[in-house]
Amino acid sequence: MLSIKNLRVSIEGKEILGGINLEVKAGEIHAIMGPNGSGKSTLASVLAGNNLVEVIEGEVLYMGKDLLKILPEERSRQGIFLGFQYPIEIPGVSMVNFLKTALNEHRKYNGLEPLSASDFLKVMREKKALVEIASSLTNRSVNEGFSGGEKKRNEIFQMAMLEPKLAILDETDSGLDIDALKVVANGVNKLKTKENATIVITHYQRLLNYIIPDYVHVLYDGKIVKTGGKELAIELEEKGYEWISKELAINSSPAIL
Amino acid sequence: MNMGEVVPKTDIVKKLVDSYYRNADILNKSNSVFINEKREEGIKYFKKLGIPGRKNENYKYTNLEPVFSHPFRNAISPSNKYFDRDQIFKCDIPTLDTNVILLLNGFYFDRKTPLRELSSGALVGSFAKASTEYPELVEKYYGKYAQITNEGLVALNSAFVQDGIFIYVPKGIVLQKPLQIVNLIASDDDIMVQHRNLFVLEENTGATVIVCDHTFSPHKFLTNSVTEIYAGPDSRFNFTKVQNEHNDAMQISHTYLNQGENSKVTSNLITLHGGLVRNNFFVRLNGNGCENNTTGLFLVDKRQHIDNYAYIDHAKPYCTSNQLFKGVLDDFATGAFNGKILVRRNAQKTQAYQANNNILLTNDARMNTKPQLEIYADDVKCSHGATVGQLDEDALFYMRARGIGEREARLMLMYAFANEIINQIKVEPLRERINHLVDMRLRGELSRCQNCAMNCG
Ligand SMILES: Nc1ncnc2c1ncn2[C@@H]1O[C@H](COP(=O)(O)OP(=O)(O)OP(=O)(O)O)[C@@H](O)[C@H]1O
Ligand SMILES: [Mg+2]
Repeated sequence: MLSIKNLRVSIEGKEILGGINLEVKAGEIHAIMGPNGSGKSTLASVLAGNNLVEVIEGEVLYMGKDLLKILPEERSRQGIFLGFQYPIEIPGVSMVNFLKTALNEHRKYNGLEPLSASDFLKVMREKKALVEIASSLTNRSVNEGFSGGEKKRNEIFQMAMLEPKLAILDETDSGLDIDALKVVANGVNKLKTKENATIVITHYQRLLNYIIPDYVHVLYDGKIVKTGGKELAIELEEKGYEWISKELAINSSPAIL
Repeated sequence: MNMGEVVPKTDIVKKLVDSYYRNADILNKSNSVFINEKREEGIKYFKKLGIPGRKNENYKYTNLEPVFSHPFRNAISPSNKYFDRDQIFKCDIPTLDTNVILLLNGFYFDRKTPLRELSSGALVGSFAKASTEYPELVEKYYGKYAQITNEGLVALNSAFVQDGIFIYVPKGIVLQKPLQIVNLIASDDDIMVQHRNLFVLEENTGATVIVCDHTFSPHKFLTNSVTEIYAGPDSRFNFTKVQNEHNDAMQISHTYLNQGENSKVTSNLITLHGGLVRNNFFVRLNGNGCENNTTGLFLVDKRQHIDNYAYIDHAKPYCTSNQLFKGVLDDFATGAFNGKILVRRNAQKTQAYQANNNILLTNDARMNTKPQLEIYADDVKCSHGATVGQLDEDALFYMRARGIGEREARLMLMYAFANEIINQIKVEPLRERINHLVDMRLRGELSRCQNCAMNCG
């Protein structure tokens, strides 16, 4: 589904990702972990099409297409969803109008008629129940005045509405209380099918108790330095990233040995 | 604006003064003696004050010389151009049950019944007719707040005044239906229009007035209008002005609002279109406990120019005023906002707030904003703030990341920006209507109001 080859990117002239390789197949869940500033959100941004991120070299294929050539809105319509680490507040744009416009753009792309107002509200009600989000939130402007946790829950709600093929969740678990964490994990699991895939970016092994990953990758200083199964997350939690950096130092400095 | 040669200001003034004396007989024909006396004073002051130039601090960003240089014909007699009333009346707002009044080139259109007395005793109709039928009533208010001694263009208007709209609401009466004034300019040549409106609300009254400015034919027009509003003690007045004129129309409007004790007035100024627009909004809170909300929204593009000037005079204590002006400027459009708050020495416990927010859609659009606070009382709460910026790029990306196309996302953000003002409009069908017009305007689909038979191109 997604194939990243030797992807190097920079932000404002500074190289952030230095040669990422990643293969994600339909039905898989990948977790990406890594210390602050290692480039996790940058990777998510370049996949979503944020033009702040400049591609230096490399290739990203999504469903066989050159993803980097596609506009952000087109990527979304083709099934890519980014759950933002810091969701944006948009005063004056109602959640209903925002989601209705988004959903109907997706439908148009798929050759479907736009949903009527009542059908839309029906879909919205269903998905709201699924992710247990309160109407008091969905009746407001997009994320305006939402608490940190409410914003994260709203990201999962939007994901449920748009039913993506590839969801990239950037620290959607941060700032969530334990009940909300279960709801979010539950949402991801309920929406999971054989046809879609999920990349979860997280700092906490805790989330991975609820969303069981097929692979765990460690992103360190702009590179994926280690890949393993779900037990890698446990090991990281125990030993911290210092363990990784030591291991790297050993591997990359054979001359000292 | 594509204007011709610029004539020296002294020549412009001379030309207008000559025109005044040449046409004195016509000008003096249809108004009361009092108005004609004021007319004489008006021309004297105009001779002295002239047309405000760039050196006038209040007109720093709007150059009126090229505007007045154009050889306009002074529309001092009613036009005999025929209009199908029914066609024009389509212009009212669907589902809004209004009394529609038409002003054509500054003259009251319905000559059969120039002044209507409603069952409540309220009067609605021609200003000229009111000045001769109810001279004492008109004299009591006319020119009491609008000053000819310091504003050259108000003096000019007072010299040439012929007609306009007169509204009188007697004590204790609340007008249930909003009054909609369609202010239409249509002519086969380039004309200058100087109408005068007078709205008087006595004590404990209520009214809603909507003014829609339209242009109907593709000629150059210049409007120099004055509206005086006296909102008596405990009155409630809602005022909305929608400006939708073509690119060759230039409009200078002066609104003088005097509020009595415990009155509440809300004014919304929506500028959808116009070549050059200068709105002057003077508010005097002249009794304890007044509340005033003045909001404005403009959407300009191409080479349009808009300049909003607001002046809130807190003359008495315990009053609250709120000003919120917003603008969206596209292409090469230019704009200015000058908001002045004066809190007089005895106006303790004043609360006065002002905000001006603008969005520039291109690098060529320009906006000048200037707050002015003059506070002489010590126990007051005042604030002001101004911003000139672009659309929020992060919000744009967030919307696009959900599948919303860039153009649509931009429109949604602009619409959200405008919505804060539209939400201030109290009459719901009107709010919906304006909502729709603004949406169409932002989409570039507004060449004329929907349902309106007039082609306001
Ligand atoms: N807009 C920007 N301008 C300049 N530098 C940036 C910008 N965005 C990110 N960076 C830099 O890129 C690097 C990677 O940032 P990124 O947000 O991808 O890290 P992260 O792994 O997501 O960290 P965290 O765990 O804190 O979320 C950091 O050094 C950061 O300062
Ligand atoms: Mg991050």
